[in-house]
Amino acid sequence: MLRIDNLVKSFGGEKSRGKKKTASSAAVFAVNNVSFEVKEGELFTLLGPSGCGKTTTLRSIAGLEKPDSGTISVGDRVMFSSTGRGRTVNMPANKRGLGMVFQSYAIWPHMTVFDNVAFPLQVRERSDRPSKKVIAEKVERVLATMQLSEQSGRQATKLSGGQQQRLALARALVIEPPLLLLDEPLSNLDAKLRESLRYELKRLQRELGITSVYVTHDQVEALALSTQIAVMERGGVVQLGKPRDIYEQPANKFVAEFIGTSNFIPGTVASQRAGRHCVETSNGILYLESASQLPVGSEVVVSIRPEAVELSTTARGEQVANEWQGTVVTRAFLGDAVDHVVAVGEHEVRARVNPSVSIESGTSVYLQLDPSKISLVPVN
Amino acid sequence: MTANLADPAVTPEELRRPADGPPEPRAARWRWPLTPKMFIVAGVAAAIGYLALVPLGYLIWGTFFDAQGLDLGSFERAYGDGRMGELWGNSLAFAGGAALLSITVGTTLAYLNVRTAVPFKALFFAASIVPLIVPGILYTVSWIFLASPQIGLLNAFLEPILGTAPFNIFTIWGMIWVEGLHSSPIVFLLMVAAFRSMDPSLEESALMSGATRLQTLRKVTLPLVRPALLSSILVILITSLESFEVPALLGLQNGIYVFTSRIYFVLRSYPQDLGAAGALAVSLLAVAVIGVAVTRLLAGKGSKTYQTVTGKGFRPRPLDLGKWKPVVGVGILFYFFVTVVGPLLVLLYAALLPFYQAPSWEAISSFTLDNFAQVFEMNSAARALKNSLILGIGAATIVMGLMAIAAWISVRSTIPGRGIVEQLSFVPLVIPGIVLGLSISFVYLRFPLPIYGTILILLIAYCTKYMPYGMRYASTSMTQISSELEESAMVSGASWWTTFRRVLLPLLSPGITAGFIYILVVSFRELSSSILLYSPGNEVLSILIWEQFENGSFNVLAAIGVLMVLALMFMVTVAYKLGAKVGLRED
Repeated sequence: MLRIDNLVKSFGGEKSRGKKKTASSAAVFAVNNVSFEVKEGELFTLLGPSGCGKTTTLRSIAGLEKPDSGTISVGDRVMFSSTGRGRTVNMPANKRGLGMVFQSYAIWPHMTVFDNVAFPLQVRERSDRPSKKVIAEKVERVLATMQLSEQSGRQATKLSGGQQQRLALARALVIEPPLLLLDEPLSNLDAKLRESLRYELKRLQRELGITSVYVTHDQVEALALSTQIAVMERGGVVQLGKPRDIYEQPANKFVAEFIGTSNFIPGTVASQRAGRHCVETSNGILYLESASQLPVGSEVVVSIRPEAVELSTTARGEQVANEWQGTVVTRAFLGDAVDHVVAVGEHEVRARVNPSVSIESGTSVYLQLDPSKISLVPVN
Repeated sequence: MTANLADPAVTPEELRRPADGPPEPRAARWRWPLTPKMFIVAGVAAAIGYLALVPLGYLIWGTFFDAQGLDLGSFERAYGDGRMGELWGNSLAFAGGAALLSITVGTTLAYLNVRTAVPFKALFFAASIVPLIVPGILYTVSWIFLASPQIGLLNAFLEPILGTAPFNIFTIWGMIWVEGLHSSPIVFLLMVAAFRSMDPSLEESALMSGATRLQTLRKVTLPLVRPALLSSILVILITSLESFEVPALLGLQNGIYVFTSRIYFVLRSYPQDLGAAGALAVSLLAVAVIGVAVTRLLAGKGSKTYQTVTGKGFRPRPLDLGKWKPVVGVGILFYFFVTVVGPLLVLLYAALLPFYQAPSWEAISSFTLDNFAQVFEMNSAARALKNSLILGIGAATIVMGLMAIAAWISVRSTIPGRGIVEQLSFVPLVIPGIVLGLSISFVYLRFPLPIYGTILILLIAYCTKYMPYGMRYASTSMTQISSELEESAMVSGASWWTTFRRVLLPLLSPGITAGFIYILVVSFRELSSSILLYSPGNEVLSILIWEQFENGSFNVLAAIGVLMVLALMFMVTVAYKLGAKVGLRED
């Protein structure tokens, strides 16, 4: 559906471009060689901290930013194509026919709800513009889908936050675009509303089956909504995959840290057979499974999610695999879980356990680590 | 969601390529330079460049060169009399003092009007707008009637009590007082636009953070409106430096020269020395250029953070003044009396008298409408009114139309050289009216088309002169509109022109309307350029008044003044009602 190949966008290099290519090294690469594909009906999320290039990528797809080079195509239409020199295809934003929801929603304050939604249809070229009656029908239909029918004649600025979000969505969807772009659409809302709208958005997207690209820095949002996630860092995609894979098998330390919290323990691969690794750490030996199949002797970092740790005041047995001993340093009651920080050797391990388990600080405990929930992070 | 893939209009034929095939860019489709957008942008840029540079070129050429080549004799003649320091001192004291007074008054009034539940709101808007619609020459004459040491009414009232006439309008303080009060509405209009487009929750959040009203004002409100404030300061400093009426009527008597009155003095003496006038103008130009540079430097920092109008709606909620309400109310009444009632009453009083005298039963019993009858019998009066109307509406429409697009070019576009457009539009700011008139007359004396001696030359002068103010209004509004509002229209499929017309223009309309009113009104009182460009048959109202002043017929002048003020009040009221309707709705 959407295909992006070798997208490059730099800022600040414009002045040097006139002189010589080599002089543009001072330019900052906002997006550096990004490629991915979004399949029909997917909700594809670009996730990363601010400044990672996710918004620039989205704006390049929208046509609001002109990349330096690369290819962007939606279906069989080439939106942008440039090899960096020679001929360039760059379809202007207003010819791309995509839908977009902006971070601020960009609701036009001088128009009514109806006018805001009708605008994309009204501005079509005369030969292609639907009749007033058809426009009214389409707008009413999309407003009904968004449960905004009653607000139709109201001034757009009089809507509540959630209604504004739905209005922005209605405006983006009224032309039935092949692709919907969402730029942090939930970041303007309060937490409760954000959570309910997150599911609302997911339901709508799945029901309408509209292919979407979603930009966010909120990992919880990304995990909950997406069919595919591309984690970006410093202009590049560092990992691309399904939410569960990314959470359980982070490609590197950055991804593991950015998506949820994790304990990182360095070690060396002692033996490996068919993905079953035995890793030696300063706290003891760990058995774990990983698809990466690293050779014996490799330096690795083991990533242990807090919920992969179970705590017990009694040992399962002597010298059992994946069982460490430590002392509780502190704990915090979170409602649906209890967080413990446990000192193990020279490391502090965070364990998130069932609220029925709550162990006082200073108590000696045993940590049991589920081998299927531990992953290896290569050291680079 | 594949519906529109089959839609040929959304998927232009030329951009189809075989599925799975490599993208094949076709250069033949790369034709953006010929879009209407480019024509409009290039046309606007060219018009601004022409208006700004041609007169300036003539000014500089005329000052530095004569028939023999480079000649600096004009500077020697201009500054040779050893009163250079005094000239500089007077000019800076006058401009700085007037700016300080008008910024303080204008900003306070704007804040109170927009953001607080101030009493007498209607009266109050009139109070701050009326000094603007009273032309400078009338306002100055009114203050002569009020505070002249010989005939001033205030002095006549206070002399028996104090034993001496306390006021003398013919001093630098008098000049600052009149100019400052008269400029405060410009600040008011600029600041009202800025306060209106500011999200009140920014202030409310400061109050919630524990800040007092005063702290909020100092740490949140004022920093947020800093761009508007800086541009107001710049505008006032330069209008004061270029003000002609006040220094000419109040300063020349006692030999208090500022640059403009000195230029006029040099031009009026015989033989006329254009070179010396130009040399003085070049100095004035240098000062103004430095002023612009400093302001830009200050305003340049973090200009992006000032996008205070976002797509998110907000509802302006006026602050309650609480116990300060009566104090503020009395202050506004006082301001109203000093700036409006006093000057206007004295004008009306003078218009009704056969000759000017201190008020007494005798004076009141001699009230007559003869002066008005005389005005209505003058053929030139009706003609001047018509000319002023044509010029005001024409110049306001042309300037705001050009500047709305120019503001987009300089604020939003990525077109190379966009900064130049903005700089060009500010060039006329540094050309004093009197010098602009002179330069333009030179340009069109040599022009092949018959523009010299027609009303068109005045229109060109007015458009040139008011271009910077139009730009200020347009670009201040433009920076406060979030670019996402524009981008969302583009993504919705609107062309550049449609986006401009349907999204930007309506959102800009409060600023554009304010700019339109301002240009309309100031072109009515324009005197310093017109005085060198008008020809018999093309007189405007301000010229008619100037002629009466020169003739010493103060009472007829007052009658014309009263009629003119009434006409202007009517126009501003209509325009304001109109503007209120197209602007952002208020609760």
